[in-house]
Amino acid sequence: MKDLKRITIISGHYGSGKTNIAVNLAIDIKKSFDKVAVADLDIVNPYFRTKDSISDFEKNGIRLISSEYAGSNVDIPALPQDMYAITDDKSYKMIVDLGGDDRGALALGRLTPEIIAENNYEMLLVVNKFRPLTPDLETTVQVAREIETAGKIKFTGVINNSNLGEFTTESDVLDSLSYANEIANCMGIPVKFTSVKADLYEKLKNKIENLYPLVLQAKI
Amino acid sequence: MANKVLMKGNEAIAEAAIKAGCMHYFGYPITPQTEIAAYMAKRMPKIGGTFLQAESEIAAINMVYGVSAAGYRVMTSSSSPGISLKSEGISYLAGADLPAVIINVQRGGPGLGGIQPSQSDYFQATKGGGHGDFHLIVLAPGNVQEMASLTVKAFELADKYRMPAMILADGTMGQMMEPVEFDFDVTPAPEKPWATNGTKMQRKHNIVNSLSLVPEELEKFNFERFERYAQVEENEVMYDEYLCDDAEILVTAYGIASRVTKNAVDEARKKGIKVGLIRPITVWPFPKKPFAKMAEKVKHVICVELSMGQMIEDVKLAVECKVPVTLCNRSGGMIPSTEQILAEIEKYAKGE
Repeated sequence: MKDLKRITIISGHYGSGKTNIAVNLAIDIKKSFDKVAVADLDIVNPYFRTKDSISDFEKNGIRLISSEYAGSNVDIPALPQDMYAITDDKSYKMIVDLGGDDRGALALGRLTPEIIAENNYEMLLVVNKFRPLTPDLETTVQVAREIETAGKIKFTGVINNSNLGEFTTESDVLDSLSYANEIANCMGIPVKFTSVKADLYEKLKNKIENLYPLVLQAKI
Repeated sequence: MANKVLMKGNEAIAEAAIKAGCMHYFGYPITPQTEIAAYMAKRMPKIGGTFLQAESEIAAINMVYGVSAAGYRVMTSSSSPGISLKSEGISYLAGADLPAVIINVQRGGPGLGGIQPSQSDYFQATKGGGHGDFHLIVLAPGNVQEMASLTVKAFELADKYRMPAMILADGTMGQMMEPVEFDFDVTPAPEKPWATNGTKMQRKHNIVNSLSLVPEELEKFNFERFERYAQVEENEVMYDEYLCDDAEILVTAYGIASRVTKNAVDEARKKGIKVGLIRPITVWPFPKKPFAKMAEKVKHVICVELSMGQMIEDVKLAVECKVPVTLCNRSGGMIPSTEQILAEIEKYAKGE
């Protein structure tokens, strides 16, 4: 993950696993870079926020850019007051965690001109073929196009996060590879990696190229 | 669709409703059930159905009344404060003998409360939820798969008995993700000769109404309706028993509370405590018989709830004062821990 661009934007369908991946990526790249920040731009969902991992960020010295209302149960779509640091403070490797779907991507639009001008970013589409509204190429690409339109920015890569939670099997992941490849081919962008929970990583690391182990966020 | 999908409880309810033949949804956004409306907004236009975000909860429930009167399967969903707003319409549905499905993904109350999970609308769901003599069929799912299967069941029972049915879930059940399969059979809606769907000049007008100004008639309707409720109580009770055969302590809980309680029962069993669990799946009709049976052999009953103690009243009635019943609870959006419930089980196992 050392070759990440300065800004990595994590986007995708609602419930595809964006936040989990953003948290893992941030902790991972902190091993190679001094200044790492995570920006939570989710204006859709009051639950399961980046801020839930605040103790991990503090422990690892990762800056969190997050609305003060995130995780407070105040159910309003607020953006972080220091969100302009994403584009203004170029000393940071930045992971941006967007909200789900096109509505979530709206929050990015204000920053898009600066992000494109700097031209040092990845915009990654997280996909999960086991989510009910994105089970195939057509539905997933439609969601991706809606996100691109709302955020005024194009995807540059795909993260295959196809999973059934703790019940995910090896064959579930293997079956999802062609789905992710089809999406990537259709959009003319590469599959950056396939993410799996840690126990599957050991079983699949010799079978799948660019496999990425995820530490799942704590469950209740 | 035999394949598994990873769904939030709220999404599972929405998809199950569509599978059950519900082509019309009316709602209003409120956390923690908004995903139901969001899912319907995406899906309904693709299948030629109706998704309508009404101007209010009250409007939504009255749109449900209208579509049900026209003979179609129809649903609305909300969370606690929104259900209070719908209460008048729910009473009218009951008074007009209209089938409909109402989803309550409960949050902490009273008042606006909070957005974290709760089970404090049990009284509202099982003892009324509106004025007048009536009941709702109330189903309480314990996992995301049941969010789906019980939603289908709710449509079937509502049609069978011509009455509204409610799914009584909570914020955790709505928000959590689990794999779900949609391989269940659906009983299609029966013929509805009472529906106001056009006479085609071949029959008299049907009238769907809850107004009855002649007291003799209103009493007759109420007696007839309660005969139907008696059939529901006779035929439709659902519950799960877990390790009850040799139990000396009985724990009971529904929905999210039952999941934590089951863990506590397993932990207590490891310590050699003979404890069993009854999980009501229908909370109206309440599973009285298994409690009456257990009251003959256990020395104590613990009722675990995310409320100040509501289902406990039905449990006490069901055990007829034969054994003490005590509450183990959290409130306001908090969830009891396995440790809290285990400590309570251990306390009564020692005979305190």
